[in-house]
Amino acid sequence: MGEYSIFSVAREALRGHSGWKPTWRDAAPKPDYDIVIIGGGGHGLATAYYLAKEYGNARVAVLEKGWIGGGNVGRNTTIVRSNYLLPGNIPFYELSMKLWEGLEQDINYNAMVSQRGILNLYHSDAQRDAYARRGNAMRLHGVDSELLDQSAVRQMVPFLNFDNARFPIHGGLLQRRGGTVRHDAVAWGYARAADRRGVDIIQNCEVKGFRIEDNRVVGVETSRGFIGAKKVGMAVAGNSSRVAAMAGLKLPIESHVLQAFVSESIKPFIDGVVTFGAGHFYISQSDKGGLVFGGDLDGYNSYAQRGALPVVEDVCEGGMALMPRIGRVRLLRSWGGIMDMSMDGSPFIDRTPIQGLYFNGGWCYGGFKATPASGLCFAHLIARDQTHDVAKAYRLDRFATGHAIDEKGMGPHPNLH
Amino acid sequence: MTTQTNRLPAGGIVDRSRVLRFTFDGIAYDGHPGDTLASALLANGVTLTGRSFKYHRPRGILSAGSEEPNALVELRTGARREANTKATTAEIFEGLESASQNRWPSLRFDVMSVNSLLSPIFVAGFYYKTFMWPAALWEKLYEPAIRRAAGLGRASDSADPDTYEKATAHCDVLVIGGGPAGLSAALTAARSGARVILADENFQLGGRAIDDASEIDGQPAAKWVASAEAELSKLPDVRVMRRTTVFGAYDGGTYGGVERVSDHLASAPAGVPRQRLWKFIAKRVVLAAGATERPLVFGNNDRPGVMLAGAVRTYVNRYGVKPGHRAVVFANNDYAASTVQALAKAGVEVVALVDSRTGPSNEVTAIARAANTRLISGGVITTVKGGHAVKGVVVRTADGRSISLTCDLVAMSGGWNPNIQISTHLGGKPKWDDALSSFVPGALPPGMTVAGAASGALGLGDAITTGSAAGASGSAPVAKAVNESTAITPLWRVNDCSGKSFVDMQNDVASGDIELSEREGFRSVEHLKRYTTLGMATDQGKTANVNALAIMAELTKKSIPDTGMTLARPPYTPVAIGALAGHHRDKDFKPSRRPPSYAWSKEQGAMFVETGLWLRPSYYPRAGERDWLETVTREVNTVRNAVGIVDVSTLGKLDVQGADAALFLDRVYMNGMKTIPVGKCRYGGMLREDGILMDDGTVARLAENHYFITTTTANAVKVSQHMELCHQWLWPELDVQMISATEQWAQYAIAGPKSRDLLRNIVDKEFDISDAGFPYLAVGGITVCGGIKARLFRLSFSGERAYELGVPARYGDALIRALMKAGEEFGVCAYGSEALAVMRIEKGHISGPELNGTTTAKDVGLGGMVSTKKDFVGRMLLGRPGLVDADRPSLVGLRPVDRSERLRSGAHFVARDKQVTAANDDGYMTSVAYSPSNGHWIGLGLLKRGAERTGEIIRACDPVRNIETLVEVVSPCFVDAEGEKVRG
Amino acid sequence: MRITCPCCGERALDEFAYYGDASVKRPDIASPTAMADFVAYSFDRVNAAGPHRELWYHSAGCHLWLVVTRNVANHEILNVEPARDVARATQQLPTPGRGSA
Repeated sequence: MGEYSIFSVAREALRGHSGWKPTWRDAAPKPDYDIVIIGGGGHGLATAYYLAKEYGNARVAVLEKGWIGGGNVGRNTTIVRSNYLLPGNIPFYELSMKLWEGLEQDINYNAMVSQRGILNLYHSDAQRDAYARRGNAMRLHGVDSELLDQSAVRQMVPFLNFDNARFPIHGGLLQRRGGTVRHDAVAWGYARAADRRGVDIIQNCEVKGFRIEDNRVVGVETSRGFIGAKKVGMAVAGNSSRVAAMAGLKLPIESHVLQAFVSESIKPFIDGVVTFGAGHFYISQSDKGGLVFGGDLDGYNSYAQRGALPVVEDVCEGGMALMPRIGRVRLLRSWGGIMDMSMDGSPFIDRTPIQGLYFNGGWCYGGFKATPASGLCFAHLIARDQTHDVAKAYRLDRFATGHAIDEKGMGPHPNLH
Repeated sequence: MTTQTNRLPAGGIVDRSRVLRFTFDGIAYDGHPGDTLASALLANGVTLTGRSFKYHRPRGILSAGSEEPNALVELRTGARREANTKATTAEIFEGLESASQNRWPSLRFDVMSVNSLLSPIFVAGFYYKTFMWPAALWEKLYEPAIRRAAGLGRASDSADPDTYEKATAHCDVLVIGGGPAGLSAALTAARSGARVILADENFQLGGRAIDDASEIDGQPAAKWVASAEAELSKLPDVRVMRRTTVFGAYDGGTYGGVERVSDHLASAPAGVPRQRLWKFIAKRVVLAAGATERPLVFGNNDRPGVMLAGAVRTYVNRYGVKPGHRAVVFANNDYAASTVQALAKAGVEVVALVDSRTGPSNEVTAIARAANTRLISGGVITTVKGGHAVKGVVVRTADGRSISLTCDLVAMSGGWNPNIQISTHLGGKPKWDDALSSFVPGALPPGMTVAGAASGALGLGDAITTGSAAGASGSAPVAKAVNESTAITPLWRVNDCSGKSFVDMQNDVASGDIELSEREGFRSVEHLKRYTTLGMATDQGKTANVNALAIMAELTKKSIPDTGMTLARPPYTPVAIGALAGHHRDKDFKPSRRPPSYAWSKEQGAMFVETGLWLRPSYYPRAGERDWLETVTREVNTVRNAVGIVDVSTLGKLDVQGADAALFLDRVYMNGMKTIPVGKCRYGGMLREDGILMDDGTVARLAENHYFITTTTANAVKVSQHMELCHQWLWPELDVQMISATEQWAQYAIAGPKSRDLLRNIVDKEFDISDAGFPYLAVGGITVCGGIKARLFRLSFSGERAYELGVPARYGDALIRALMKAGEEFGVCAYGSEALAVMRIEKGHISGPELNGTTTAKDVGLGGMVSTKKDFVGRMLLGRPGLVDADRPSLVGLRPVDRSERLRSGAHFVARDKQVTAANDDGYMTSVAYSPSNGHWIGLGLLKRGAERTGEIIRACDPVRNIETLVEVVSPCFVDAEGEKVRG
Repeated sequence: MRITCPCCGERALDEFAYYGDASVKRPDIASPTAMADFVAYSFDRVNAAGPHRELWYHSAGCHLWLVVTRNVANHEILNVEPARDVARATQQLPTPGRGSA
């Protein structure tokens, strides 16, 4: 299986593309591995890749109950950014951003990392000051951020509703390095790169239980039989509580539904990502021309991958309030994804009380942008049994010790984060 | 003279007596009422209507309905321009303007069709393998080029000028689809006395019975449809909604619909919306949405002039249009043979009926013979000749010979897919039906029945039978009709074709792309969809998905049901974002709450600020004042030296009563409330259960068992909800009741050394408001202005002698006028939220920026208030190590070392001798104000170990504003530190 | 979803505010394990994919807090009770008639 490049594409074009090989091997499970990662989503595949590449672990398997990339990595609004407020978060997401910036050359797969910027609008003095605080926190961490006034925003996105708005736009916080990434390609690219380094990617293999002896994990029971493992990592967004329960663990997580939306394809007019500060709405436009947008959680626990109509309306109301030119653009598709919402809106990358069993989850609706750093930090934790420097705050016991990482200040109410 | 060269002299349901003029790409054409843009274009002999997404291949009209992938136009112009409008569903009106899209400079000569030559490169997934080197060129070169080529039509450049509205309707039975099955269901349901709503996306009812010019009850179907409509229109509890698409099923029997109220008109009449969003709340639902015909997959099957066979019949029968002059029909089923009859009747020469099955049925043979059409059984079309239009086909016969036939129309049918989408929106998995070679509904949403073609009952007789039974169970068929033969032998693709064989026409996914997808391991249907973009276009794969799935099944040697099925997601057809938003836009995006002084303040020329939903006066400029700062400074000085009035009605207010009210408040507040004497107020704080400060406000004890509390404006709703939870859920045994009184009381703060003097002018004489009779923190019921009931609180946020005076809200406007008049002699002024904020910062009182959901009482200097003698919400978790860490930032005051410098909120603190890096981040500035009382800017901030750092000079770093200021750490109280002024 | 409020009848979802898991009970502050109990009460959730007892507030209606039993796997609402009745039953307090509590 060769390198991908314009030359390989041209060569294949001459012979009807008959020479392409599967992007990753359809591996059958071996009896045992050094490390088993549960979950063939972005985080699981990235973890496997970095285990192989950075930590020299080749006897690694990724177990996926369905098809890889079928969870939240394939159902999100593709935004990447590192415009966080709190010291527990900024270095982690900035590492992720740096990894995004070199990802395609690293994994030889074009995931279309596109840094067209993310602009958070503010509509009051208080919001401006909160964004100044955030922007300054980013700058102190060496992360790019700019505070724009109204005229600068108007110049950037002249088609917003500046003159007849219920909540006038006063300005925005801009991170130019923010942007979007072609989400599915992240899963496929990591899968291919991990596979090339010997990782077994095993689809249609559902984990049914853990085998634990003397408080140490020794393997997993799966729909394709027992698979032994010295270490097991969970990266099963949307199913964290259910999988952890099989090991007897109870997590500070609730699962909620988040809807996302895409419009018909129209000629691009929105360059970067824009978030509305006075309503539940954010938007970008894909390289195919679809408007990709979303809002808040539906707000109740759910494992059903669908939301309610009032939330669809609420999001579209935000859209029309912000950019009334999209009134005649049509919503093409909506879908609901399951978000494992933690009690403070921040994730976990940590050991569990069971030896050899590691947990990665609670990504809320921010997991996509975290994919590379999550994979790297989880790989670091599993390989070395040490927490990566930038992931130190993501402990499972932080609520017991009073060290919540609560960006929004909403307290232990996952539906409000 | 008409331009309609292909209009039949008679037949169909268009109104030939009236002519409507419209344009396409600037050329004028005629059509008739009842035409869609597609039927009118065909009537005018126009078959080239658009370009495909990726290869820019010329495309025409494939279908006659909402499944159309190809004939997409920009409809209307200017602010009303609608991209990607399906010509097959857009009704024409006088003066309609339409244009083809995704082409330059013209539809016929499109430069980007060079992509078609490069199509060997531009296969599925080629992006993922290229454009990686050099990395810097992605954003600079590759992606901009891709984005320039992206998209189909153009969105309007300006705000949508039309209006939209929303409505809700309840019914016993919602019937989705007004074809024979839906009409039958509506009739039996209505006759049984049910409240019925019948919704159809089309502007005429009748569905396929009209398209096929069928017979029902021995008469033309159109007659039966008219009589059914007439009966339904007479029944009181029936609502027939045309032009209404039910686009989604939601939980709880809720269905979303969109009614295109004015889209068929040149412009919406005054007071009428363009579209209306409906929420249908239905006890039962009959899904009778019909079926969609599948294309066949063969070489150049996308050429303009290749149409679905059923659509060909629709154009002939419904619209009286000949879609061509020499036709070839290509099918794998019996049903499509009726196309030969329809075309023959319309005077179109049918050159051949190519039936891929080797042993065609007697029906098919008879039809071909009657029409004198050559029947090529066991044959397939391998390629279509022609570029911008069909010129002919090459047929491979059963014995392998190639025959060239000249024609300008190909009518194809690969069978029918029941329109099951709405049945799957709640997660119900469809079932595969081998006899039909298609998916039929599986597990259904609660209350749903499926009837007619949507259920797989393709025949007309069965549609009426199943529809009748679905409307009211046990009902006999409302009419008689025969079942057409629908026998089918699947043909998923023709092998060894020349030219691309398209599966998803709009997104240019060809059969070869599916093979590539399989070869590269993207074999799950979801992978196929995502890798090739199959089914992601504006037609949502209605004509593509099942063919693609079947081809993948063939390639992987699995059965179709084992290969899977991508679930449909709402909406069924695309819905305008404006319709989903309704009237919630511009100033009406959210409701506006106006405080009692709003009208008076407006008269005074006040500036207002959005505070949540409230519009609060922020300051009251006077003539000659240069800027807001001058105004606010004047307002502050007036309060500090005389008297000012501010509307504080936006604060949340709760009335709490009951024998256990005191005990209850003790459990809700962190400080003691039981011990407040009757007639007194106390400042209080509430925590969340996790120990974080939630809100602050005042608690007034009006009587032994009667308290009146205030909350911050921002948290009014949250606190009310929280206290109800505490009562109803945590401590239902307590005898306490509460109600929000925020909107019941208009409340003004009268602040300043002259406040009592002012009040004396309006408080009725019998009430003693002397300092002895009404000291600091007193509360009492009084009357003002000659007998109007009021409540007076001696509370101060400004730090001055101050009172809050509350009256029933209806007197709010009168009271502000009375207060201003009463204060004239003391030089009173009204002040707004800005001056209020300045004075609270001068006093070091916390507000939103400090009460930010992450601070403890101790962090903001209220640690001393926290009781250790009782249980209250937040008591236990407040003691967690992270919340009592001595390193936590705590509230300090700050002033610029150079007193002329301005301070800014959001600046971060760094010790004077340290580098400006995250490791040295010691906190941040929460609030700033220019303090008229001090003559310089002041600030509040949260600073690590703040309490120990009084007097230290630190840096306030504000890189996003490119400012750094040296500030001195001081006490957070900048005015009257001893607090003497409040007592008078 | 539509919720049938015991006081107001069947109402649309947007009239209600969600709070969370109703299966956790506020611990006794005097217990020797109070800190651990409060941490579990405030933060740890079973979060199973099946019937879920949860608190909803009829915020745009009667202000009743409700314990709704709902299957979170398919959004089917199985039961709705006034929260105070549930709480009283747990505490073995008499349940007063509707509207009098």
